[in-house]
Amino acid sequence: MNIVLIFLITIFSISLFFYGKSKTKTISIKDNIKLNALPKFYGYYLVLWCSIPALVFLLVWSLFEPVIIKSIIIETAANQGAIFSDKNEANLIYEKIKAIHLGTYFGDIDSILRESALAYAKFINLFTNSKVVLIFGIIIASVIYSLKKIKNNNKARDDVEVILKGLLFVSSLIAILTTLGIIFSLLFESIKFFSVINIFDYLFGTNWSPQRAFVRDASSITDAEFEELKDAFGFIPLIAGTSFIAFIAMLVAVPIGLFSGIYMAEYASIKVRRISKPIIEILAGIPTVVYGFFAALTVGPFFRQVGENLGLTVSSESALAAGLIMGIMIIPYVSSLSDDVINSVPQSLRDGSYAVGATKSETIKQVVIPAALPGIIGSVLLAVSRAIGETMIVVMAAGLAANLTINPLESTTTITTQIVMILVGDQEFDSPKTQSAFALGLTLFIATLILNYIAQRAVKKYREKYD
Amino acid sequence: MTKEERLKKRHRAEKRFRFYGLTSIFVALLFVVILVQNIFSKGSSAFKKTVITTEVFFDQELLEIQNGSSKEEIMEADFYDIMIENLIKAYPAKDRDEEDELLKLFSGDAEIEIKKAFLNDNSLIGKTITLDLTASDDIDQLHKGNYPRDLPEERRRISDFQLVIYDYFVENKKISKNFNNYFFNNGDSRDPELAGIGGALVGSFYSILICLLLAFPVAVLASIYLEEFAPKNKITDFIEININNLAAVPSIVYGLLALQILLATIQLPRSTPLVAGITLALMTLPRIIIPCRASLKAVPPSIREGALAVGASKFQSVFHHVVPLALPGTLSGTIIGLAQALGETAPLILIGMVAFVVDIPTSPVDPSSSLPVQVYLWSESAERGFVEKTSATIMMLLSFLIVMNFIAVYLRQKFEKRWN
Repeated sequence: MNIVLIFLITIFSISLFFYGKSKTKTISIKDNIKLNALPKFYGYYLVLWCSIPALVFLLVWSLFEPVIIKSIIIETAANQGAIFSDKNEANLIYEKIKAIHLGTYFGDIDSILRESALAYAKFINLFTNSKVVLIFGIIIASVIYSLKKIKNNNKARDDVEVILKGLLFVSSLIAILTTLGIIFSLLFESIKFFSVINIFDYLFGTNWSPQRAFVRDASSITDAEFEELKDAFGFIPLIAGTSFIAFIAMLVAVPIGLFSGIYMAEYASIKVRRISKPIIEILAGIPTVVYGFFAALTVGPFFRQVGENLGLTVSSESALAAGLIMGIMIIPYVSSLSDDVINSVPQSLRDGSYAVGATKSETIKQVVIPAALPGIIGSVLLAVSRAIGETMIVVMAAGLAANLTINPLESTTTITTQIVMILVGDQEFDSPKTQSAFALGLTLFIATLILNYIAQRAVKKYREKYD
Repeated sequence: MTKEERLKKRHRAEKRFRFYGLTSIFVALLFVVILVQNIFSKGSSAFKKTVITTEVFFDQELLEIQNGSSKEEIMEADFYDIMIENLIKAYPAKDRDEEDELLKLFSGDAEIEIKKAFLNDNSLIGKTITLDLTASDDIDQLHKGNYPRDLPEERRRISDFQLVIYDYFVENKKISKNFNNYFFNNGDSRDPELAGIGGALVGSFYSILICLLLAFPVAVLASIYLEEFAPKNKITDFIEININNLAAVPSIVYGLLALQILLATIQLPRSTPLVAGITLALMTLPRIIIPCRASLKAVPPSIREGALAVGASKFQSVFHHVVPLALPGTLSGTIIGLAQALGETAPLILIGMVAFVVDIPTSPVDPSSSLPVQVYLWSESAERGFVEKTSATIMMLLSFLIVMNFIAVYLRQKFEKRWN
């Protein structure tokens, strides 16, 4: 249906374009008046008026139609005596009604379902008809308005440009909408979660075992269940595991990245730089799932083997393997950013240092690096934020159980791993377990936001210093 | 310490420092080589499959169809007896148990392969033909040398008797390697020898297409607005801060966004390229806007002023002059953004693309997988055959990424104007 409507709107718009163009031409010749814009702008003007209101209406309608129909149908089903204790059962009944309507339901159909299916068909029909009628109404109204305008010889180019400028502005608002969407969707579930679990129990609890949260409905928790739940969602082991793996990653990435950045910026000839820089940046372009595969199937077992030979017990999902591979992934982030930062240190500082007899390395260590320090710290912070938000490597190579440990040979888990583990497969939307994933997401979002903000401020401040 | 000694020490420190720098570059390059070499050595064998050359006799007594039967009749006919009857003749087995072990050397699709041969030529009844039938995963891995045969029998998936048959096949040149068409044409399967990336390829294609259709126009329009029209005010600043932050938000957060808004609120179908495409578009948008703005900014003001001076409106100066000049940079930024989206896994897992999908999707609203998710799914599987399949999928994924990046670099170097 929607495709037909979009097709019709397109056809109307195209024909209106030619109509507007030729109409204004004939008007100008017949009445011998000077047009305020080129004829094609009158065409564009009609096209914009014909298509934009109708398409916007169609989009909004399509977003809300299923939700509204669903709530109406569930209500009518309830009025007819359907019994459902929670949202999941209501959803199930709604799906059944939909399937009956489509003719794909093969179970038993009782009178309630049959009546509801008939009501569903009625409402679908009603909604579709009113949608078509309204869209044509909107098109007719806006076309009449715009035709009247061009008959009066409006300044079509200016009007078109105003509309287009509005379109440009709306496109740039998508970024704000996305941010709002993220915040809304994370907060919405997190607030539900924190209404069951005390936020302090979450932030300072030392035990993470969401599988204990078997209760389906958050609103009907008994006291015994509540006691059980209370210490199932402790955040400390997750943040410990996340920071630990990120720390191992930084131990790999910072020295290698920083030294390569320094070498590229200060020592390397143009030729070496031109070849090696893109190759190192390949590391940033490889999908993280590839690193995860490499860590889980090659590096993990390799460390385990080496550990066995040395008489150590190494988990095949050790924090060390995940951290090492994550560090390799992050090398280019550190190296290219610090390369840029070092390059923008003014030459005069180096020249001054050489003039008093310092060697190149002494100049780098005592003049260039201190001067570039805020920028370097900024780039390291950006790398840290990448590391804690990284998902696939830890999902595939780190463990699932939340251990509070500082032994890199043991397995540990991270925030992102837990989000994936909780949300993979079928979830029940109202259980605290599912909601906890959104609370973790919110925590992660805030943490990376703060890190990025500090890092960007540091880099910006530093840039301003030498501009 | 004399002056000379001190100088020598300082020069040694200099050399050491330089050596550290060189070593770390070398180490980083080494990682690239090890990674790529590891994947290629594991994956390249997946492009071939092991086949067993078998004689198949189409016995009229075992089939309820005749020569010249229609396609529908053949599709419905049962070829199971024909398959059993012919496969057990591949090796002189003594009893029922041995025959069972012999049958296990063939893939689960042997019946379908025989049926396909009959579909190609429906006059085969009463005749004998030789067919290359796909071998089971165990034989496949053994023949490719990925499976150690010197393990004790109870730790092997292949019995001693099956090894005897295998050696008999090798001796009689009945076993060989063919191009693995299943890997490219089939959807996912529980059997490694039948599993393919066909479904994942189509799913990835649809997702990226939707991502491109949504993200590219919006990103270009938004960057034109911000770079050319936006007044310097708080709203503009706020939009810019938002874009910069969104570019650094972990991808999994976009998965949560999609789960809550697209699946739970708007109720789009789960596990589909449509949802994947929208999610990836939201994620890619800020990553495209940033290079787009940079390339618009690189167009010198004299171009705009020239257009304005001959009477163009602001819009005409931007759309007729600035945007075409910035297009190569814009396109290459878009392609790099899409390459990142192609490799993205975490948000797709959250929107349910990890479902086991055998059928190849025919539209963006069919459940499907995607290349990186397929890598994740197969890497969790225990069968040895999936290791080479996973590596080969990674090879495919990496080659797509390399091609996309090359196009981006080429566009930039060939068409971008340098303003000096």
